[in-house]
Amino acid sequence: MATAVAPTRAQPVVIEESVATRALRVLARAPVHIVLIVIALLWLLPTLGLFFTSLLQPEDLGEGGWWQVFSEPSKLTFENYRTMVGNEGITSALITTAWITTGATILPIMVAALAGYAFAWLEFPGRDWIFLGVIALLLVPLQMALIPIFQLYNATGLYDTILGLILFHSAFALPFAIFLLRNFFAGIPKDLMEAARIDGASEMRIFFRLILPLGLPAVASLGIFQVLFVWNDLLVGLVLAQDNQPIQPAIASQLRQFGANLEVIAPASFFSAIIPLAIFLAFQRYFVQGLLAGSVK
Amino acid sequence: MSEVKFEQVSKIYPDGTRAVNVLDLEVEDGEFMVLVGPSGCGKSTALRMVAGLEEISEGVLRIGDRVVNHVASKDRDIAMVFQSYALYPHLSVYENIAFGLRVQKVPKDEVDKRVTEAAKILGLEEFLKRKPRALSGGQRQRVAMGRAIVRKPSAFLMDEPLSNLDAKLRVQMRSEIGRLQRDLDTTTIYVTHDQVEAMTMGDRVAVMRKGELQQVATPQDLYDQPVNLFVGGFIGSPAMNMLEATLERHNGGFAAVLGDQRLSLGEHVVSEHPGLQRYDGKKVILGIRPEDLEDSEVAQGRAEDECLRGEVKLREALGSEIMVHFAVNARPALTDDVRELAKDVGEEITDDGESNAVLVGRFEPRSKVREGDTVPVAVDTRSLHFFDPETGAGIYDQANLAKGTRST
Repeated sequence: MATAVAPTRAQPVVIEESVATRALRVLARAPVHIVLIVIALLWLLPTLGLFFTSLLQPEDLGEGGWWQVFSEPSKLTFENYRTMVGNEGITSALITTAWITTGATILPIMVAALAGYAFAWLEFPGRDWIFLGVIALLLVPLQMALIPIFQLYNATGLYDTILGLILFHSAFALPFAIFLLRNFFAGIPKDLMEAARIDGASEMRIFFRLILPLGLPAVASLGIFQVLFVWNDLLVGLVLAQDNQPIQPAIASQLRQFGANLEVIAPASFFSAIIPLAIFLAFQRYFVQGLLAGSVK
Repeated sequence: MSEVKFEQVSKIYPDGTRAVNVLDLEVEDGEFMVLVGPSGCGKSTALRMVAGLEEISEGVLRIGDRVVNHVASKDRDIAMVFQSYALYPHLSVYENIAFGLRVQKVPKDEVDKRVTEAAKILGLEEFLKRKPRALSGGQRQRVAMGRAIVRKPSAFLMDEPLSNLDAKLRVQMRSEIGRLQRDLDTTTIYVTHDQVEAMTMGDRVAVMRKGELQQVATPQDLYDQPVNLFVGGFIGSPAMNMLEATLERHNGGFAAVLGDQRLSLGEHVVSEHPGLQRYDGKKVILGIRPEDLEDSEVAQGRAEDECLRGEVKLREALGSEIMVHFAVNARPALTDDVRELAKDVGEEITDDGESNAVLVGRFEPRSKVREGDTVPVAVDTRSLHFFDPETGAGIYDQANLAKGTRST
C-alpha cells in the first residue's frame, strides 16, 4: 500500500468541573462582589433620591423624605415632569443650554484640531514658543476672567447672548483642547503623513482624511468632557446671562430663601443630568483603544 | 524614460553633519538599484531625497530628464514603500490601495479595475475589505506594495521594506518583489542594510559608508572585486577574514608572511593583481573569504605553504557546511573600516596587541576537525583579496582600480 492513511484521532477527553469546585470558586469571589455592590449603591443613592423626589407631588414632599415611596409606591407620578414641560422658563433654558453646549463643543474642537495639527506637524518659526504660550494659558483660572469679560460683553452687546456664552466657554476650553490634540496627533506615525504626501494628498486632505479620523478617540473624549462641563456650568451662565439663562442658573434661581420649589427643581435637575449621560453613552464607542493598530509595523 | 540621477548631491544638516556627501549615482531606466550600507550611512537619506521628503542641500537630482530638487513629492511621479508600511489604519485594504488614485481623481471604474488588478498580482483579493490590523505582517507588506504599484509610477522607492518580517517570510517576499519589479520593469531604488538582500535582489548594488558612495557594481563584481576593505568586509556572510601580512619575493611570485607562517602566492596571484608589485617587502591586508578556507584533510594535494595552521576554537555544524573558527598566529587587520564593520554587527574590537587572529572557514561537512585541534587549513589562493593598509583600497592593477570604482 502506497497511500498513507490518516490516523484516526481519538476523541479528546473533556474534564468537567465538579459542582463543588464551581460553588467554591463562586463563593471565593463573593466578598469582592458584595463590597462592589455596596459601593455602587452608595454612589447611586443621591441620584436615586433625586429621581424619586422628582416623582413625588409637592404636598407629599412636605410630609417626609423621598424614601416614603418604598412604603407608598402609589404616590409616584410623572405629574411634575408634565408641569415642567409646560414651564416656559425651564424649557427655554434647556434649549438655550443645548445651543450653547453644541456651539461651545464644536467650535473649540475644530479650532483645537487645526491648531493641534499645526503644532504637531507643520514647521513654522516660533512654533514651540507659541505652543508653550498656549500651555501657559492652562494656568489662567476661569473665575479671574469673569468680571473683565462681563464688562467687555456689556460694551460689545454680547452680554446675555448665546454667542457670548459660546465664545467664553470656547476660549477657556482651547488651551487644554490644543494641548490634548497636539499631543495625540504628534503620536500618529510620521510615515503615515509622508505616505499620504507621496500619494499626492494635500495638507487639507491629510488633515481631514487621516488626522481627524485617527484622532477620533481624542476628539471624542474631549467632546464629552466639554459637553459635561458646559452643560453643567452654573457660574459662567450666572454672570454672563440674565434672560437667556442656561439650565443650571435657571434651576438655581428656583431656590427660595425659605424652602425651595422642589417640584420644579427635582425633575429639572434630573432631566438635565440625564442628557449628558445619554451623550456619554452614545459617544462611548469612540473611546476605542488601539485605533492605530495595523498602520505601522 | 525614468532614470534617477544623483549629481553631486549632498545632504547637510543644520549642525554641519553631512548625511550624504557628494553622491554621484545613476540609476538606469528599469533598473533595480540597491543602496546598502551599515546604519547611518546615508542610504535612507538619499532615498528620502528622491522621494522629496528631505531637502537637497547641494547638487542636482534628476528623475527622467527633469530636475526635481524643488518639485513636491506628489509631482515627482514616484511611489514609496516604507519600512513600517505606513498603512492607513482606518481604511480597508481596498481604500488603502485606492488612496493615491482617489487623490488623483481617477474615475471610479478605473480605480476599481486597477485595485482589483493589483490585488490579484499580490494575492490580496480576499482581504480587500479587511482593515490593516486584521492582516499578518506579510499581508500588510503586500498592501504597502499594492499601494505603490497601483499608481504605475515611474520609479519605486523602497526603504527596508522587509526588515519587519520574520526570516522565512523575508526570503519569500524577496523573490516576490524581485519578480514584481521585473514584470513591471519600473526603475527601483531599494534601501537595505542586509547585504544578502542587496546581493540577491539588485541588478546593481551601491555600497555606502558615512554618506559616501564606495562602489557601484553588479553583485558578483562587488563580491569578487571589492574596491576597498570596507566593501570587502561588508559584502559576504560570514564576513571576509582580514589579516595583516608582509609580502616578500618567493619562487617568482610572492609569499605573504603571517606571523611565523608563510603563505605562498603563485604567479597567478600576481598576474591578477599586478598592483602587488609595488608592495614588495611591505605590509598589506590580506582578505580571505570563508569559502576559500578548507580543511586540508578534505582538500587534498595542497602544498604545505598553501596552508595556515590554526587551533580550532569553535565548530558550528550547519548540516550542509561547517563553520570553523580557528585562531592563527597572525595579527588581525585593525583599521577603521574593520572597526566600523564590527560595530555595525554589535561587536567592539579592542587592540590589545593580540597577535592571534580568529578566522572563520566554511568547511565541507565531511571535515572531522574538532575543537582544540591544531590543524593545517588549506587556502585557495586563486581568489584572495589584497588591500592597502593605509588607505584600505583594494590592490588590483597598477592604478588600483576595481570594476565599478568611482571614476570621478
